Amino acid sequence: MGATPLSWYLALSAVLFTIGALGVLIRRNLIVIFMAIELMLNAVNLTFVTFSRNLGSMDGQVIVFFVIAVAAAEAAVGLAIILELFRVRATTNADEVTSLRW
Amino acid sequence: MNPMTFLVLAVLTVAAALTVVLHRNPVHSALGLVATLFLLAVQFLSLDAELIAALQVIVYAGAVVVLFLFVIMLLNLEVDVRAVGGPMLLATAGAATLALGAFLVAGLRRDVGGAAADLPVGFGRTATLAERLFTIYLLPFELASLLLLVAIVGAVALARRRI
Repeated sequence: MGATPLSWYLALSAVLFTIGALGVLIRRNLIVIFMAIELMLNAVNLTFVTFSRNLGSMDGQVIVFFVIAVAAAEAAVGLAIILELFRVRATTNADEVTSLRW
Repeated sequence: MNPMTFLVLAVLTVAAALTVVLHRNPVHSALGLVATLFLLAVQFLSLDAELIAALQVIVYAGAVVVLFLFVIMLLNLEVDVRAVGGPMLLATAGAATLALGAFLVAGLRRDVGGAAADLPVGFGRTATLAERLFTIYLLPFELASLLLLVAIVGAVALARRRI
């Protein structure tokens, strides 16, 4: 058994990204939309790590480090916004929150 | 990693990802997310990214998903009967997703080649990554710490009850 070709990792990453995009498009619950975004971020991370291995350079992994840091910050702020929204409108359905002011 | 192991892990990862997107109960979605993140951590390990794999488990599966579960618990979300949009939206979203998938696969048709034949000494070691982080990438690293601080303050300011 040889090693797995790197293009397989890229294919897995493409499939995960597509699933995440589908989730953002079809789901109406803001929290689940958020999870789908995390899914897409992770798919991109897999691509970065694969190319880092492909090129023999650590730069891809450094960038993934930053992506994880930014994603953590984004999750904290985003969930705080969803909490505040729920307090004001008592919903997490994206279709019921279409106006920018109330 | 041997191709059979990869395929088994890949099928599990896709199944977990589909759970995140398609399950009506948000708690199940969150658990699917945990499974996806753990399986991806295994893939990172097989690609010589040991620090990234550890961070994936600690930061993502540990902190971020717990945050998600906390919010789901605080909001006391019921199982969503109208979890997805109407048929019109589903058709449009399905077409758009198929187009995106076809686009990505078309990009993959060009062979990227295998792994680098001669990896530099210390490739994938945490020490090598840290050395880059504290030399070439020092400024972005410090900016990331600032970003995290701003995010913490922002999250507290937003989520705090109004006085």
